[in-house]
Amino acid sequence: MERLLEVKDLEVSFRTYAGEIKAVRGVSFHVDRGETVAIVGESGCGKTVTVQTIMRLIPMPPGFIKNGSIIFDGKDIAKLSEKEMEHVRGSEMSMVFQDPMTSLNPTMRVGAQIAESLIKHQKMPPKQARERAIEMLKLVGIPNAEKRVDQYPHEFSGGMRQRAMIAIALACSPKLLIADEPTTALDVTIQAQILDLMRDLQKKLNTSIIIITHNLGVVANLAERVLVMYAGKIIERGSLDEIFYNPRHPYTWGLLMSVPTSELDKSKRLASIDGTPPDLFAPPVGCAFAARCEYAMKICYERYPEDFTVGDGHRVACWLMHPMAPEVKPPVGKGVTLS
Amino acid sequence: MTVAGIPLIEVNNLKKYFNVGRGAVLKAVDNVSLHIMEGETLGLVGESGCGKTTMGRTIIRLYEPTSGQVLFEGKNVHKLDGQQLREFNRKAQMIFQDPYASLNPRMTVGDIIGEGIDIHGIYKNKERTDRIYELLGVVGLNKEHANRFPHEFSGGQRQRIGIARALAVEPKFIVCDEPISALDVSIQAQVINLLMELQQKLKLTYLFIAHDLSMVKYVSDRIAVMYLGVVVELATSEDLHNRPLHPYTQALLSAIPVPDPETERKKKRILLEGDVPSPINPPEGCRFAKRCRYAKPVCTEQQPEFKEVEKNHFVACHLY
Repeated sequence: MERLLEVKDLEVSFRTYAGEIKAVRGVSFHVDRGETVAIVGESGCGKTVTVQTIMRLIPMPPGFIKNGSIIFDGKDIAKLSEKEMEHVRGSEMSMVFQDPMTSLNPTMRVGAQIAESLIKHQKMPPKQARERAIEMLKLVGIPNAEKRVDQYPHEFSGGMRQRAMIAIALACSPKLLIADEPTTALDVTIQAQILDLMRDLQKKLNTSIIIITHNLGVVANLAERVLVMYAGKIIERGSLDEIFYNPRHPYTWGLLMSVPTSELDKSKRLASIDGTPPDLFAPPVGCAFAARCEYAMKICYERYPEDFTVGDGHRVACWLMHPMAPEVKPPVGKGVTLS
Repeated sequence: MTVAGIPLIEVNNLKKYFNVGRGAVLKAVDNVSLHIMEGETLGLVGESGCGKTTMGRTIIRLYEPTSGQVLFEGKNVHKLDGQQLREFNRKAQMIFQDPYASLNPRMTVGDIIGEGIDIHGIYKNKERTDRIYELLGVVGLNKEHANRFPHEFSGGQRQRIGIARALAVEPKFIVCDEPISALDVSIQAQVINLLMELQQKLKLTYLFIAHDLSMVKYVSDRIAVMYLGVVVELATSEDLHNRPLHPYTQALLSAIPVPDPETERKKKRILLEGDVPSPINPPEGCRFAKRCRYAKPVCTEQQPEFKEVEKNHFVACHLY
């Protein structure tokens, strides 16, 4: 498949009074055309900063790209000027945010918000843009689109607002859609509708999707590839099935086990990852997860593990994968189904 | 699993309406009856706006009911006064959803936990301090934390402080209103484990309100499903998951994405059309009829009765 996005050795930091926060510490990954990639991890692990850097939405200063390149469709995003970036943002890549309530403009009609990017980027005449806005609303499954197009966001329910957000994001048929926790604020039945919608639209429009979520059910539903992030680094990556059925990093095990499965009953405790993620002002030299890892060895504290390839596209940054490391059996039967 | 024993809480025909102006009435809780047994966890699930939080708040007397009654240990909660009311206020506690908004930012953690102890005059001076340290230990924090302020803590730690505050007055019954939905997955498991441990140790009774059905199933003995102010189904958590009877429960269960790619690929989802209608002047008859696949003419005319169709399995639906 053709590469759409290639992120290489990306490092993003923020300068604050207390010092430099190293939010993203050397992240490399790619997204192919028409592919869905999920980024999972706890809050503060750098997943949002990573995608906001790709969209160049982080405030600079205090944020800055310390190192690395973001090649999107042949251009290095990290080096574009703000003016050039304006042409990319909204037309070639766009974003759906977590909270549809605060990310729509309450003083603008929904139709006008959809038409805005069409008029700006594609120089479409306003009348035609309005027609297109109605089409987009129909596409995302909003009934009565002719009437809804002239309404304000407060007249929409939460699920419909998120649909409208998706309509805005897809108006210019972008090549890449970034969805940052798109369903977290929604109820389960509405979440199911939105996930179905995103999958349908992707098939129709062949858009690539990066989805950020901490809901592993959503990942299993939508993603083809998964990146697991921890403390600003990708610690494991692989195909959906590899990550869920053959996870190799102890942190991934912890994530998968902390979700109750239907077989788990009340007599058993949920597995939890004790402790908290490290301070990103002074991240540890070795593996950032070592302090919370029950399998940690001496080397884990001293050197950051290199990426070990354990399968086709499945890479793990963990010293346990080293040939000299003791063999550790993944904890079976505690909520993880391992093949 | 059958639920035996004596009910700690009996809710009879409880209604809570809100006047929203211009003669419109929001029926947040409309004629709900249920029991909560001593020592059990009753899960209460439903989508936002279905009235589950109002229900929890009315039970512990944060709201006055429009009609109906709540009995706690056989006494009408909303008629209590004097010493008995103080007693009830001590025995029934609440843990809130948002650990950022539910702690006073200007009070130290020690004072937040100690406030209830002071109000009820349970301990004084040295004993009070010792009790606060003990509670911090119980919820997995340490005594140095007593002099700090809420902003110095992470979300999971704050939720622990909220739990310690609820436990400080030695309650019997705790309403947990979405206690984990603001937390990260790995932290959710920590808080849930803590709540379950405490329940065993202190013989607590929980009303566990949430919209995350997989977690509710794990913690609850029985589960009540609410839709637009009405309880549509009530059963043991096993039964509810294995044989959901109400079409809404079936749709709700099928909508949860499972963290298992294989199941997700195979699963047939029951997709509900549209959104939950407004609880202001809700539809006549069964409130779910408009979105229901099996709706018959009778469904839009008559409100179905909430009845026991199998042992310990209640449902309000004309299909049964």
